[in-house]
Amino acid sequence: MTDASTEQVRSEPVSGRAAAGKATAAHGGGDLQMRSLTKRFGTFTAVDDLDLVIPQGSFFALLGPSGCGKTTTLRMVAGLEEPTAGTISIGAEDITATRPYKRPVNTVFQSYALFPHLDIFENVAFGLRRRGSKNIKQQVNEALELVELAQMGRRKPGQLSGGQQQRVALARAIVNRPSVLLLDEPLGALDLKLRRQMQIELKRIQTEVGLTFVHVTHDQEEAMTMADTIAVMNQGRIEQMGGPTDLYENPTTTFVANFLGQSNLVRAKVTSRGSDVLEVEAEGQAFTLPARRSFSDSDEIWFGVRPEKLSIGQGDAAEGLRGVITDTSFIGVSTQYLVRLPWGQEITAVRQNDGAPILRPGEQVTLTWDPRHAFALDASQDAHAGEDFGEGELLGSKG
Amino acid sequence: MVALLWTLALLDAAVLAYFLIRSLVNGRGPVRWLRENVILIIAVLSFEYLLLPNIVVVLFSFNQPNGRFNYTWTRFSLHAWQHPCDAAGMCSSLGLSLKIGLVATLAATVLGTLIAFALGRHRFRGRASTNLLIFMPMATPEVVMGSSLLTLFLSLKIPLGTTAILIAHVMFCLSFVVVTVKARIASMDPRLEQAAADLYATETQAFLRVTLPLVAPGIAAGALLAFSLSFDDYIITNFNATTGSITFPMYIWGAAQRGTPVQINVIGTLMFVIAVLAVLVGQTLGRRRRV
Amino acid sequence: MSAPAPDTVAGLPGGAGPPVAETPRSHRGRWTPYLLLFPGVAWLLVFFVVPMAFLASQSLQQGSIETGYSVTWHIQTYGDALSAYSSQFIRSLVYAATATGLALLIGYPLAYAIAFKVGRWKNVLLVLVIAPFFTSFLIRTLAWQTILSTQGPVYSIVNHTGLLAVLKWVHLVNSDQLLSTPFAVIMGLTYNFLPFMTLPLYASLERIDMRLLEAGNDLYASPFTAFRKVTWPLSMPGVVAGTLLTFIPAAGDYINSKLLGNPDTTMIGQVIDGEFLRVLDYPTAAALSFTLMVTIVIIVVAYIRRAGTEELV
Repeated sequence: MTDASTEQVRSEPVSGRAAAGKATAAHGGGDLQMRSLTKRFGTFTAVDDLDLVIPQGSFFALLGPSGCGKTTTLRMVAGLEEPTAGTISIGAEDITATRPYKRPVNTVFQSYALFPHLDIFENVAFGLRRRGSKNIKQQVNEALELVELAQMGRRKPGQLSGGQQQRVALARAIVNRPSVLLLDEPLGALDLKLRRQMQIELKRIQTEVGLTFVHVTHDQEEAMTMADTIAVMNQGRIEQMGGPTDLYENPTTTFVANFLGQSNLVRAKVTSRGSDVLEVEAEGQAFTLPARRSFSDSDEIWFGVRPEKLSIGQGDAAEGLRGVITDTSFIGVSTQYLVRLPWGQEITAVRQNDGAPILRPGEQVTLTWDPRHAFALDASQDAHAGEDFGEGELLGSKG
Repeated sequence: MVALLWTLALLDAAVLAYFLIRSLVNGRGPVRWLRENVILIIAVLSFEYLLLPNIVVVLFSFNQPNGRFNYTWTRFSLHAWQHPCDAAGMCSSLGLSLKIGLVATLAATVLGTLIAFALGRHRFRGRASTNLLIFMPMATPEVVMGSSLLTLFLSLKIPLGTTAILIAHVMFCLSFVVVTVKARIASMDPRLEQAAADLYATETQAFLRVTLPLVAPGIAAGALLAFSLSFDDYIITNFNATTGSITFPMYIWGAAQRGTPVQINVIGTLMFVIAVLAVLVGQTLGRRRRV
Repeated sequence: MSAPAPDTVAGLPGGAGPPVAETPRSHRGRWTPYLLLFPGVAWLLVFFVVPMAFLASQSLQQGSIETGYSVTWHIQTYGDALSAYSSQFIRSLVYAATATGLALLIGYPLAYAIAFKVGRWKNVLLVLVIAPFFTSFLIRTLAWQTILSTQGPVYSIVNHTGLLAVLKWVHLVNSDQLLSTPFAVIMGLTYNFLPFMTLPLYASLERIDMRLLEAGNDLYASPFTAFRKVTWPLSMPGVVAGTLLTFIPAAGDYINSKLLGNPDTTMIGQVIDGEFLRVLDYPTAAALSFTLMVTIVIIVVAYIRRAGTEELV
């Protein structure tokens, strides 16, 4: 992937916005804005002075490990949690003190929270009935058709599969045409295959109805697949925000570099700062990287390259890092190697299974990469921040 | 009657023998069969132990005893079933017990459900002491509760009788309602109420349309429990009753000294049948709701 | 007496109920829980706690019904009452403890069978455990008079197998009959409170993850060791709840001892009842009642400490 394509993807939120132009939300709508939003539980600060604008009609993901404050943020928007400080507004309307049932906001709960005593039709009709809507039957049927459950209206939630329940929960929220739809780990309880399928489905439905979706998840792949804009949250703050490719290609903190995919970070010193190119030195070797991919003012940096950007060569090469393979994991589409560098650090390299023979531990290799793919992060950060999260924890986590 | 008990004993022996012989034929050995099924054997015997008195009660409702006591089988008769109120004073005591049972159940269910909601849905200072207060009546022998209430009524010159009995019954049924309803509330996902609020239901609407229907089976179970506790209580009632307020259990107690009319077995049989039907209907309804 | 429904049991000491749900928002008001609590708690305070104080006070009074009573701090009443009725007092505790032990021995396999061995018959059998208790306690206890009579097969079997001799030898039977003996009273107590044992046991057994039992069977050589190391500890909450729910009412009961026993099986409840309602010696009756209450509380607290289950209700 080149830098040019990175640039392209940056404009994605805008195209998402364009789609929203067609949308006809029941409420006036407008951007969802949070200003200095803070939530403390006793001495614990769950959400710390958060400023966030989510454009109308976008598919926005709040991504982070459990405990990062993402679910608390969502619950404050839904009105299920009272902010300690700050304001929330939709368009020009301040909803900070509005009761949950008066907000033009609906939620798809993590465990779906379908009413077990009501059938599917009545579950979906619940919000419409409370607001005294007309044409309830037609609206509910349309919503059920949208999620492809038109025949299930008279079943009880207990008779549906997990995936079907998930779609009912979605229909129950969407049918009200809220200004903002909140999704709290909506796919967390589904198995992998179903999750992939629902990701595509959700994306389709969002494009179709054009509502603002705010999606809370700890699953980076899920966020990247679906959202136009991702905000990576950590310890109650937003670490970085942007389009999926932008975030992946240009992480500005070690947390984002490690939480979204993997990164190899090597301690380095800046030796010269050009307007286009930065020259650095690590363990006696000189490297370069594009100046705009340096996110540190200090001369002490973490020099980073993503594992899939590394090419593995055998034999001697003038450029690159030499090392010894210590571990080989065959994944299928690719093979992941652990390579020990002369100074003892182990880094990861991923190679597509293009037919080349798989290398064995103990083999000498040389790692090379396109200097345009290298990046630099401030060395005052923990190189392992964000590493222990990610795909390891799956079910039932709350941000 | 004697014949019935013998039949039951022989039946047990026969079933056991059948399985033992079958295990011999299968070549797996009776010892092994016994070891594998010891728990089931104990369970079957326990059920016989539990249900034997009920069988006796049902059978003896068709007895026509010679003396005043209905303890030995004499001859078959439908007399008691045809004339259930012939036993002097029994039907009025039954009426009083039903009346007290219904009123006490209503009061205990309302008060207990309120407490259960406070404990199950709110955090507040004094939770622990409230829990202790709810637990204490269940951990107090009836004779202590009955006698302490009696000293209260005597000291304050409050007349004994139906009202005193009602007060007592509401008091000891209350805790059982609280724990039953609380268990139901605790098993309910709090997110359902949040989902209701999220879907434009005001607090009142969320309570009436979501919370209450979901907690209702627990309230019904608590009410049923309260009624059967109240209806069946002898010890506490006896402390606070007068000769003008003879409940059904008190009537039976008296009958046990003076002579037991067959009609009490008729009532016992009816109660058994009605209760089992009520539980079965409740379970069927519950199952239908769940799916 | 009626047995608690299975639902109840989850909330009793055996039940490890989930933590209290967070309230959606505090705007319902801080006073809501107190308003909900007030009527019921007030009822319990006025008609349960206050009477206990009156009972304690009554036990320290002297006087007669005709002249009225006044508090004289006459502690001697306790000494006199306890020395006069110590045998009934101790007998009550011994009978209740024996009945509790027997109920555990019978109720555990029963609860275990319902929880793990009967498949879809579970609900029907649970109803059968509770069902007897909808027929009056007294009527059913009277039925035992028929069952245990000397003409019945129970007597014949016990007599011919030599069990009667054993029962005589341990002084549970002191004549050539089963009725009107300590055996009959303990049997009646066990019978009457068996569901109070079985249901909490069932509730805690049913909650055990089957995979844990399988892991236990996999890790330990004998089924007995697996039971002792896995099932039994996991069912402990049910055991504690069940034994308490059996022991407490059994210790205060006198219906069984009155209907199935003889004058030598008199239990303390009978004495309290008689002192209050026939002898009309209120201070003595109150002293006995109060002592029973305190004894039970001490036993319960000690037992719960010992069993390590602090979590009540």
